[in-house]
Amino acid sequence: MIDRTIKRRLVLLSPLAIAAAGGVGFWAMLGRMRDGTFDPRGVPSMLIGKKLPEFSLPGQPPGAGFSSADVLAAGRPVLINFFASWCVPCVIEAPLLMRLHAANTPIWGIAYKDKPDATAAFLKRTGDPYARIARDEPGRVAIDFGVYGVPESYLVDRTGIVRWRWAGPLSEDVVAQQLDPLLRKFA
Amino acid sequence: MTGSSPVMTICAVLFLALAPAAHAVSNPSELMADPKQEARAEAIGHQLRCLVCQNESVEESEADLARDLRKIIRSRVLTGDSNEEIIAWMTARYGDFVRLRPPFNTLTAALWGAPVIALLVGGGAVVLARRRRNPAPTPLSDEERRRLADLLKS
Repeated sequence: MIDRTIKRRLVLLSPLAIAAAGGVGFWAMLGRMRDGTFDPRGVPSMLIGKKLPEFSLPGQPPGAGFSSADVLAAGRPVLINFFASWCVPCVIEAPLLMRLHAANTPIWGIAYKDKPDATAAFLKRTGDPYARIARDEPGRVAIDFGVYGVPESYLVDRTGIVRWRWAGPLSEDVVAQQLDPLLRKFA
Repeated sequence: MTGSSPVMTICAVLFLALAPAAHAVSNPSELMADPKQEARAEAIGHQLRCLVCQNESVEESEADLARDLRKIIRSRVLTGDSNEEIIAWMTARYGDFVRLRPPFNTLTAALWGAPVIALLVGGGAVVLARRRRNPAPTPLSDEERRRLADLLKS
């Protein structure tokens, strides 16, 4: 008889336990949303651990563009940064890219759906942190990368494997906690 | 709704009811020449999430990226790709996130299983509640029956 009441209590408590577990999970999710490690609207990249897509793009005049083969030939990790002159967060991350550039991080830019003149004016205004610049005016190569907005940054190691992707403007925290350790690891 | 007459409200309701279903293909040049192929392209587009607005399908969204994806769907329909091939092409780039109807896997098991879980929990609760209900009352004793008869008589 005692055994039965204990069982009954357990059964009655189980919804409470489920609700409590849900609450803890929700609380953890909110925490991760606050510190930026979880974005419910974020689209996870399919490229991580995979070879970068093949492409060959024209350059921003007067420079030449680059291809996926050029990224491989760099012989060191390259940060590929999709940007556009019409993109406000790109202005926000520009000073940080300039600082990374000054610290000798190779950043290769891909101007997404942008006119050459507009790109040139943007680089004049915010600075040019790019070792090389390619143009993806149709935005077709960006789709192969899985880009869904600008800016987006992809870290490609020396063997051409994509190791990391950040959607949205880079921040000091993201660089210090995620990018820097990876740059050291794959250097 | 200050200042709006019932006639206006009725007009508005009628207008909304008669408005065509949401299609962002506002530009007729996007449509395929063959209506059958166009229907297939639309069916595929309705299964894909616009990555920019996220609660709209690629077919409904006005976003640039959605328009690009619509174009890709149509060019692949034209070259004879199957629906599965086109959706696989999309998920290779944007993951299962791009599918408005996520596939069943370890990540989505709880999502798809939620109705079953809810039914089990609800059914269990009903069974428990029924079991807990008091058993049928014991029949009246002779003494009680006599008293009841007396009471009813008076």
